[in-house]
Amino acid sequence: MKALVPVKRVIDYNVKPRVKADGTGVDLANVKMSMNPFDEIAVEEAIRLKEAGKIEEIVAVSVGPAKAQETLRTALAMGADSAILVETDEDVEPLAVAKILKAVAAEIEPGLVILGKQAIDDDSNQTGQMLAALMDLPQGTFASKVVVEGDHVTVTREVDGGLETVKLSLPAIVTTDLRLNEPRYASLPNIMKAKKKPLETKTPADYGIDITPRLKTTNVSEPPVRQAGVKVADVDELVAKLKAMGVA
Amino acid sequence: MKTLVWVEHDNSNMADATLAAVTAASKLGEVHLLVAGSGCRAVAEQAAGIAGVGKVHLADDAVYANALAENVAPLVVGLMADHDAFVCPATTNGKNIAPRVAALLDVMQISDILSVEGEKTFTRPIYAGNAIATVESTDAKLVITVRGTAFDKAEPTGGSAAIEDVASTGDAGKSSFVGAEIAESERPELTSAKIIVSGGRALKDSETFEQVIMPLADKLGAGVGASRAAVDAGYVPNDYQVGQTGKIVAPEVYIAIGISGAIQHLAGMKDSKTIIAINKDEDAPIFQVADIGLVADLYKAVPELTEKL
Repeated sequence: MKALVPVKRVIDYNVKPRVKADGTGVDLANVKMSMNPFDEIAVEEAIRLKEAGKIEEIVAVSVGPAKAQETLRTALAMGADSAILVETDEDVEPLAVAKILKAVAAEIEPGLVILGKQAIDDDSNQTGQMLAALMDLPQGTFASKVVVEGDHVTVTREVDGGLETVKLSLPAIVTTDLRLNEPRYASLPNIMKAKKKPLETKTPADYGIDITPRLKTTNVSEPPVRQAGVKVADVDELVAKLKAMGVA
Repeated sequence: MKTLVWVEHDNSNMADATLAAVTAASKLGEVHLLVAGSGCRAVAEQAAGIAGVGKVHLADDAVYANALAENVAPLVVGLMADHDAFVCPATTNGKNIAPRVAALLDVMQISDILSVEGEKTFTRPIYAGNAIATVESTDAKLVITVRGTAFDKAEPTGGSAAIEDVASTGDAGKSSFVGAEIAESERPELTSAKIIVSGGRALKDSETFEQVIMPLADKLGAGVGASRAAVDAGYVPNDYQVGQTGKIVAPEVYIAIGISGAIQHLAGMKDSKTIIAINKDEDAPIFQVADIGLVADLYKAVPELTEKL
């Protein structure tokens, strides 16, 4: 069984985004970019399933600019076997990404597609669910545990009240939550080896997918800034403030 | 515009998150509700009482008992023939189901809206709330999830909507529910708590978290939250997490104890009315958003605070 692992190149999670003064978006010039953290967890999970003998081959795929090759090389260095870049300089919305992934999956025929539950740039949390819908497959979202056995996968999900477990027939779509695993760092020898692994470049047009955005972003602004308040000297002063506010 | 709002519930009681979604939907037009579950007529009756609701669609069948997206999505898609917008609270159920519905309708979903600016125009947070985007949909229908803290709750009583039974679309045969570990707690639920006491990595371990945070929370009748670091370290379960990918909260009072204030955490609580921070590091970023800060050793300050309140 193959695993398809979509990965997205996003602003590094340690970088504080700056909104452009003209309201057109967030300034990404000269900003450190990395693999979306949830996608790293997805790559790691696929590798662990391969190490456990549940998966034979891992194909990483990214939809994005030429530089997303770096993100794919990271996935290859971690342990993916091959990669596909669907190259475009346009912003591609989750619905269009899902359509592209469906077309890629039609060629790869994966038993599992493992994706991050959301990308930390647009925070949409949609692509995996949309892909599942388009492929008419079951979805195990926000996974904190994934067990593949025979013709099904059991997914423990992080839900509002705690944890929930569902059993899905394969093929299936899984989206990762934070505590599924801790992604490994690629070793230097593996980074060198990754340079020789196959990386194919395609375009959305190759798959016949229209990526015209459905949403028009008319403005991007800074959120209201919260002003720092006062510091109190000791617990007594804090208690007095709380009591003045009617708390306790 | 006719909207269809997903009612969040546990087959017995409607969850408060529904009420904020109703408020958001009412800004778009007529509000219809969908109660999908098993043995959930009581929920439909509660939902019918929400002020301003036009109709409650009740799909009562065992296949909907656990809100499996594979079974629920076809039901919603069927109902969307007569509705213009599907509106979900941004609960884990809403986030699981809405995109599946959106893709089946060939609609680009608008996630986690903060405001309704026009018939098809909304604001939503991006980059962990470090930027707010205004987006306009060009799709024929809308699929939306609603951030609960951004909208007032609709009045839960005063309405008398008709309840209409909807035929089950059956079992998609792709998924089944195995079980759940849902934490039983006497404390208020995080997303509706008026006061939240939240602990971070500085709490060291689960016993210390319990000994330091819980007595203060109990004294204040507060909900208990945690930073991602505290959850990752196993001090408390995942459902305590407040932040970009955890719960978004906006209580009257948020007390952050031993939390440094990473942007991912701030994304989940910075709309709280009053933020109080206790941290021994006076340079911790949490103090930049706190209304009241106390630079102190939490092991001394928190027990003292608990005693003196």
